[in-house]
Amino acid sequence: MLDIQNVTKVFYPGTVNEKMALDDINLHVDKGDVICVIGSNGSGKSTLFNLISGTYPVTSGTIVLDGKDVTHMPEYKRAMTIGRIFQDPTKGTAANMTIEDNMITALTKGMRGLKISLNAEKREFFREQLELIGLQDRLRDNVGLLSGGQRQALTLLMTVLSHPKMILLDEHTAALDPRNAQTVMDLTERFIASYQLTALTVTHNMKFAIEFGNRLIMMDEGHIILDISGAEKKKLTVDKLVKLFRDIRKKEFVSDEGLLTT
Amino acid sequence: MIEGIFVDGLIFSIMVLGILISFRILDFADLTCDGSVATGAAVATMCIVNGAGVAVGLILAFLSGVLAGMVTAAIHNRLKVPGLLAGILTMTMLYSINLRILGNKANVPLLRKVTIYTSMPETFSFLPSAWAALVGTLIFVLVIKVLIDVFFRTDLGLALGALGGNEQVIISQGMNPSVLKLIGIGLSNGLIALSGGLLAQYQGFADANLGQGMVVQGLAAIMLGEFLFSSNKISLITLRAVFGAIIYKGLMFFGRKYGYLIHITPNDFKLLTGILVIASLLIAQTRSMASSSGARKKAIQRSMANRQAEAEAEAQKASQAVDGQADEPRDTNETIRSPRPDGPSEEAR
Repeated sequence: MLDIQNVTKVFYPGTVNEKMALDDINLHVDKGDVICVIGSNGSGKSTLFNLISGTYPVTSGTIVLDGKDVTHMPEYKRAMTIGRIFQDPTKGTAANMTIEDNMITALTKGMRGLKISLNAEKREFFREQLELIGLQDRLRDNVGLLSGGQRQALTLLMTVLSHPKMILLDEHTAALDPRNAQTVMDLTERFIASYQLTALTVTHNMKFAIEFGNRLIMMDEGHIILDISGAEKKKLTVDKLVKLFRDIRKKEFVSDEGLLTT
Repeated sequence: MIEGIFVDGLIFSIMVLGILISFRILDFADLTCDGSVATGAAVATMCIVNGAGVAVGLILAFLSGVLAGMVTAAIHNRLKVPGLLAGILTMTMLYSINLRILGNKANVPLLRKVTIYTSMPETFSFLPSAWAALVGTLIFVLVIKVLIDVFFRTDLGLALGALGGNEQVIISQGMNPSVLKLIGIGLSNGLIALSGGLLAQYQGFADANLGQGMVVQGLAAIMLGEFLFSSNKISLITLRAVFGAIIYKGLMFFGRKYGYLIHITPNDFKLLTGILVIASLLIAQTRSMASSSGARKKAIQRSMANRQAEAEAEAQKASQAVDGQADEPRDTNETIRSPRPDGPSEEAR
């Protein structure tokens, strides 16, 4: 599904601020993989996501997505295959439009024509889908009126409806309160299972990372330092994970994220 | 005379609809308008003067505006400069181009030529000529308004709306935002130029300086319209823009007619329009502040009432507890929380 070969990303090359964000990363993602990416701030998780979705160009290396070399493809073209959800709930929806207008925009990928797609049948379909997140009676309300949790749930629903082959979840529950985060996470799991999606998730919650998905990747200072999958992952505990990190990097895990959220 | 205001306002409203698309729907501060309205006037006038006819003139005026808008969008897309700067660049370049179109003259009259406004009294011969112009323009504007309403309900139109709300949504749906901007800003300036083409025929000449300050006038009209009613439906949003345009022209008319009483001349209109925009912004701000302070007052009242009701209820329960302590032991909890210092609560504690 996704092949990242020798990808390096350097920010501000040739200046005093030069920073190696990703250092010769190799990653192969199979179809149907559900991967959790963990690592402290600045370890390169978000940069990795930005390179996969095409927000930034790579410094060197190639990215192959669904059998196509997308290394130099603009973000909007890669979005035909990728659905991405951001940490910021306002990024996934247009606040100035109604829920139904947002959903009709999300229903298909690619350039639009002069067809009027929104009709009674579509509205009924949206209403059914919105029942999952309890917004079935608010089709004509502006999205700006929704709470962060509702907006993120709507974003998730919209992303899934556009049938991406792979979804990138960039800490998409981090801005929500625990209860809403749980709701959105349950929905995520449900959608991933029912649409058989390939997913990459960034999280700071180690316990969650252990429970969620079939594969776990840990990043540190621009390297992938740990890649555990299958049965081995099932045996993981938070303590084991922290110990593994210590053994590999010969240093303490930054405790504020690693331990507080266990 | 009153028909004149309406005709003027309706012609102006087509331009306001164009500005509405760029400023409000696409959230793109586009100043191309000041140039493209004059381009539309120049193209339509030259077509008519050279005998190409009214219809061809208006169509070419529209297309020239689309082209001007696309230049702005292309500068913005390709060079990644803010839309404001791209618009100013195009606007400035258009000034020279407009003079070229007008054959290096600043002003070309439409004397003794067949224009849309000389043919309207013939079409609607059952009406007085001033009213014929009004009816003709009204039909023209209505058709354009309905077309815009329908367009913004199509998938492409909705995508343009989403682009104005959140560009990331468009990218995430696999659409190229640059292409959408070309379409949107093109359409916006096409309407603006079309309005210019009509205006030239109505006033009987095209002028290279026609566009000066048009953006601000258009914004003033949009804001006046927004005071009328609030809505998220495109048909009502365009309707209130048309109303705003007519109200603006009405205000300007009365300014011209009675302004001399307080020594206001047409020279002051640009200043007054600017002040009108600033005042509109201020009023909108004060309004939202007033409604939030109103909400605060209500909230305080509500919580006061709640607290009072609670206190009363507790006092009642406490007195009940004193009366029937033996048979109602479940009330002890409430009694303990009772604020009365001399009540049974102190003993219970």
